Order: sequence, then C-alpha cells, then structure tokens
Amino acid sequence: MTDHGHDNEKASDGVSRRKILECMTWAGTGVLWTISGGVPRSLGIIDEAMAQEAGGLTFLQISDSHVGFDKPANPNALGTLEEAINRVKAMPVKPSFMIHTGDITHLSKLSEFDDADRIISQARLDVHYVPGEHDVIDDEVKLYRERYGRGTKGAGWYSFDANGVHFVGLVNVVDLKAGGLGNLGNEQLEWLESDLKDRSASTPVVVFAHIPLWTIYPEWGWGTDDSARALAHLKRFGSVTVLNGHIHQVMQKVEGNVTFHCARSTAFPQPAPGAAPSPGPMKVDDGKLRSMLGITNVTFRRGQQRLAIIDTPLQS
Amino acid sequence: MYIMNSTTMLNFFAAAALQLAVLAGATTFPTAPARAADTTVKIGNFTFAPQGVTVKAGSTVTWDNEDDIPHTIASSTKLFKSKVLDTDGKFSFTFTTPGVYEYFCSLHPHMTGTIVVEAATGSNIAQ
Repeated sequence: MTDHGHDNEKASDGVSRRKILECMTWAGTGVLWTISGGVPRSLGIIDEAMAQEAGGLTFLQISDSHVGFDKPANPNALGTLEEAINRVKAMPVKPSFMIHTGDITHLSKLSEFDDADRIISQARLDVHYVPGEHDVIDDEVKLYRERYGRGTKGAGWYSFDANGVHFVGLVNVVDLKAGGLGNLGNEQLEWLESDLKDRSASTPVVVFAHIPLWTIYPEWGWGTDDSARALAHLKRFGSVTVLNGHIHQVMQKVEGNVTFHCARSTAFPQPAPGAAPSPGPMKVDDGKLRSMLGITNVTFRRGQQRLAIIDTPLQS
Repeated sequence: MYIMNSTTMLNFFAAAALQLAVLAGATTFPTAPARAADTTVKIGNFTFAPQGVTVKAGSTVTWDNEDDIPHTIASSTKLFKSKVLDTDGKFSFTFTTPGVYEYFCSLHPHMTGTIVVEAATGSNIAQ
C-alpha cells in the first residue's frame, strides 16, 4: 500500500520526492479511479482508510505467478507469490474472492500447480481462474482442466454472478494460429453472446482473460485477434471492466464504457512495449524487483456505477 | 633483441589466420544458406534465427532455446511439434521430403519461421 508517511521516510533517505512520484505515476500505484458515465476520474492517492470506506463488492486480482520460474529476473517466483498472498492476508477488509488471470505455473508441471495451490489457498478465499499459455503446455490441457475446469465450458470459460455484477472468465491462450495473437475462437464467442443476451444493460460486467483483450503491442503478441467480436457483445452494457495479465505491468485504457486494465505479475516484470529487443523477463536491481510485482484490488460501489481499481506493489 | 625471427613471425600469422577463420565461421554459420546435413536454429529474444533456412532433404534441423522463457516448435500443418523447450532445451526434426515447411511457437504465435527442403540430388549450385 502506498501511504504518504512511507513516502516521506523514503524521501528523507535521500530519494527525491519527484523521483518517487515519477515511479508511482509509471506504476499506477495507489491511484483510485472511479468510472462514472464512462468518464474516468482520479480521486487521488488511496490509503488503507479509503479502501475501508469503499464498501460494496471488493475482489482481488492476482496474475502471472509463474510458479517454477527460477531465472535471474527472479530466482524465487514461489517466494514472491507467497509475499503477495501474505499481503492479501493482511488486508484490513477481506475481499469477497480472488481472480487469477493466468500463468499460474511456468511450465504446466504437476509440482508447479501443487506449489501454487499450496500458497494461494493460504489466502482462504475462493479463487476464479483462467489459464495463461504457460498453464496449457501439456497436451489436452489435462492438468489445468482437472484442477480448475470443473463447471466450465470448452477450454475453461465460464461466468458467475456476485453482488449484482456479472463476471465472465474467457480463455484466449489455446489453439493459437501461426503469426497470430491471442485467440477466443467461434465456439467461445457464440457462448459469450448467449451468456450476455438476456442480461440487462445496467448490469455491471467484469470480463477477465489472460492475454489483453485490447491490442497493446502486436509485435510482441500483446493482443487478441478476435477480441473485437467479444467487445461487440459487451457494447450495450453501461459498465464493463476488462481485467488481463500477460504483460507483467500495469496498463489501463478507457474506451466508451469499457475500462481495460492489465495487472502486474507476482513473479517478474516485463519491459514496456518496444522498450527492449523482446518481451522476455526483465532483470532489475534486487532492491527494485518488489516495486514491480504486485496485486490488484477492485471495488464496486453498488448503485453508483463506480469502480475502483487499485494496484498495490509488493513494496512501494 | 627486438628483431622477430622468421619462425615466430610465421607462427604469429598462422595463429592470426586461424583466429580469423574461427571468427568467420562463428559469424557466418547462423545466417548462411545451410548446406550441411545438420543445421541449428537458435531461439533468442522471441525470434527464430535464422528465420528462414534452406536444407537438403535428409537434413536434421535442431532448435536451441536461448531465451529465459519456454517456447515450442509447432509445424503449421501439424507435421511436427516439440514438447515445451525451457531454457537450453533442444528439439530436432529430420526433413526427408522437399517442400516449404512453416512453423511457429504455439505459446507465442507471433514467432514464425520457415524451413525450405530441397531435393538431396540434382543441382549443387548454392543459391
């Protein structure tokens, strides 16, 4: 969590306040956004007290745990996942549930899924998963489906309702085509259309999937080929929030009534689009790593069509 | 004494020439049209290098993942598919039939490459 007292401590250690603010701006840390009539408005820096006041439905997003990753960018991805879960356990207001936007594991190994479960379950929250491409490496997507696929359709898509908000988990990491980006496919898009068909346009909708459903940087595969078809089905809804992972950094865009948001990884950062020769794991100074990993807290205030997305690094 | 005798000079030039040859071999190997039976395609920075390779029928192509992220080698026509290759992981496939073989990484499908397989007999003219 970002709070002013902590920043001041840092400032007195010789890091300029300007530098801290630059860092916070880049990371999107602790800025509370509200969406009203499709117009985003920053309410300023969040602190724990404001989070407590928020009320309504609060849920968490974690993403890209990459359990099993042990390369120089973070030799202990399981350890940083545990730090993230410890943050969740310490939250003053217990969220209703958690969503995980994929890349739970690094190599879809049984031991990696086991380790991830062992740590994530310590949060004692229901977790709604969608797979990342790292979770479906084994043929037939057997391990992911056995563990997380109960009650889902196709490669693992599903929807559920909570506090009047409709949640849709989509899978855009299977059956990828040469030269293409993420892929939803006809079967899933038809299911989405029928899933949304009878719902009132005033129902807030949250869609979550691993690869961004907006084109961020196709040169690195950061987009989904047929996402426009999914968004067409969502167009008539007054409040749509799209939560993704995959790019291991906070990024946000608002288009009409749709807010797109990408969360940090709990494992390792990736470079800003085009800022490096490839999107590979970015090695940063050990002291800086935890400022680039983190979790996301999302709050709906019922009846106000308000939504707040708060990204919290493991260490600010 | 500062005069170098002729044997030392020869040794010096021989060593220098050898070093040049090694350097030339190291730098041209990945980009030259592959004529040998065995060819390596390196995976680095989410790209296949070289992206296009020409081999004779019967040649074996080996992919070597030098990235810190796993990749796969998947034929666009499903002729071949590797298991996931973690860092330093390798996959080999022997191409017996002439043709153009497109492939990609099934995890990062923007990564694509092509293997052109020429008939083993016939023209020896390198293109």
